[in-house]
Amino acid sequence: MVGSEVILLDFWPSMFGMRVRIALAEKGIEYDYKEQDLPDKSTLLLEMNPVHKKIPVLIHKGKPINESCIIVQYIDETWKDKSPLMPSDPYTRAQARFWADYVDKKVYDALKKSGTLKGEQQEKAKKEFIEILKVLEGQIGEKPYFMGESFGYADIALVTFYCWFYTFETLGNYSIEKECPKLIAWAKRCMQRESVSKTLPDSKKIYEFFMEMRSKLGL
Amino acid sequence: MRSSEMADEVTLYADGRSPFVCRVKIALNMKGIKYKNMEEDLQNKSGALLNYNPVHKKVPVLVHNGNPILESLVIVEYLDNVWERVPILPQDPYEKAAARFWAKFIDDKCIPALYKVFSSKGEEEQVITEACEQLQILEDELELKGKKFFGGDNINLVDIAADFIAYWLQLLEEATEMKLVTRSKFPKITEWAEGFVNCQVVKEMLPPRAIMLAYYKNRFGKI
Repeated sequence: MVGSEVILLDFWPSMFGMRVRIALAEKGIEYDYKEQDLPDKSTLLLEMNPVHKKIPVLIHKGKPINESCIIVQYIDETWKDKSPLMPSDPYTRAQARFWADYVDKKVYDALKKSGTLKGEQQEKAKKEFIEILKVLEGQIGEKPYFMGESFGYADIALVTFYCWFYTFETLGNYSIEKECPKLIAWAKRCMQRESVSKTLPDSKKIYEFFMEMRSKLGL
Repeated sequence: MRSSEMADEVTLYADGRSPFVCRVKIALNMKGIKYKNMEEDLQNKSGALLNYNPVHKKVPVLVHNGNPILESLVIVEYLDNVWERVPILPQDPYEKAAARFWAKFIDDKCIPALYKVFSSKGEEEQVITEACEQLQILEDELELKGKKFFGGDNINLVDIAADFIAYWLQLLEEATEMKLVTRSKFPKITEWAEGFVNCQVVKEMLPPRAIMLAYYKNRFGKI
């Protein structure tokens, strides 16, 4: 779409990019999706995110916003008349921010380690990863979503990892559902929302992508 | 004044030496919020701290009317949401996103890169180069902005997030006799740092130089 007001620079398997796609879908925002060929970064990407040179980048009226969690908050604050993603109460909002920050700091690295290390190191990494998931599971508790009755920011931060679970379960030979059944129940509940189910790619597709990437990199 | 302000109970679990704790103290000071400071011995953490922050077991923890808030930048945003006077974050969503971006950059990239230099005893060229690269990005941003602070004429979230760079880094350099931020190499950062530490609201919250020098000399020694 030429001259689109909202453009998203993204890469389809990225769990960070997916967060933004979910937020845009929740708000019913039309946008121009531009798939980025990551090894060969486009001039636009380098211009819009010179500091990190990473996706996702949201470009709104020509101005770039970077970092998935920051983009999600921006979307919520700019398109504020529909589907609030942040809790209205400051204390609950702070909790949502804390948990999204926790996901950012812990989940990605732990997931990666649990799938790519070998032998004893892998067992240790798997254990660490499950411990992190159990903390998150504990936080959700008996609630439908992280912060209560409404799907929002903290759910968005974590749920995009769900389509990657199959890949790492297969590589690590374990079942996340077995260890964290309530967490998987929460993920499936989120998947009942169109914004999530239409955004997350099929888990097998992610697995194929990952295996192809690995062989290309000679791993 | 908030309508319920007289009844507000604000407690900060702190370590006066920490730049992360200091971020919260600066924010509290800027907004004139009354609070109780509970100094923690980090080798012997209080039951209260472990109760309020079981996940990370760290300071700062702010407890407002019995509710704990964790992570320094989350706390600063919380204070900004509840006490709207003397705003720390910009009002405009785009400017707000930019401020959050820079604060995150400082936390995720700058500070870890800087710590690595000193904890690796400055022996690795690559580590020093990496740290200088991150500092250069900040230097360029200050140059681009062309103002006294990241927040413009007044300090904002980004300046507060960068407090380590303005004050503690210098003391770390002094203690280890290893200089990264020279006026010639990073003139904008140097100037910004001087302005920042001289702000009344900041100055009052900084731990004494002697304490930090002693702590750093003990922890990192001379390089």
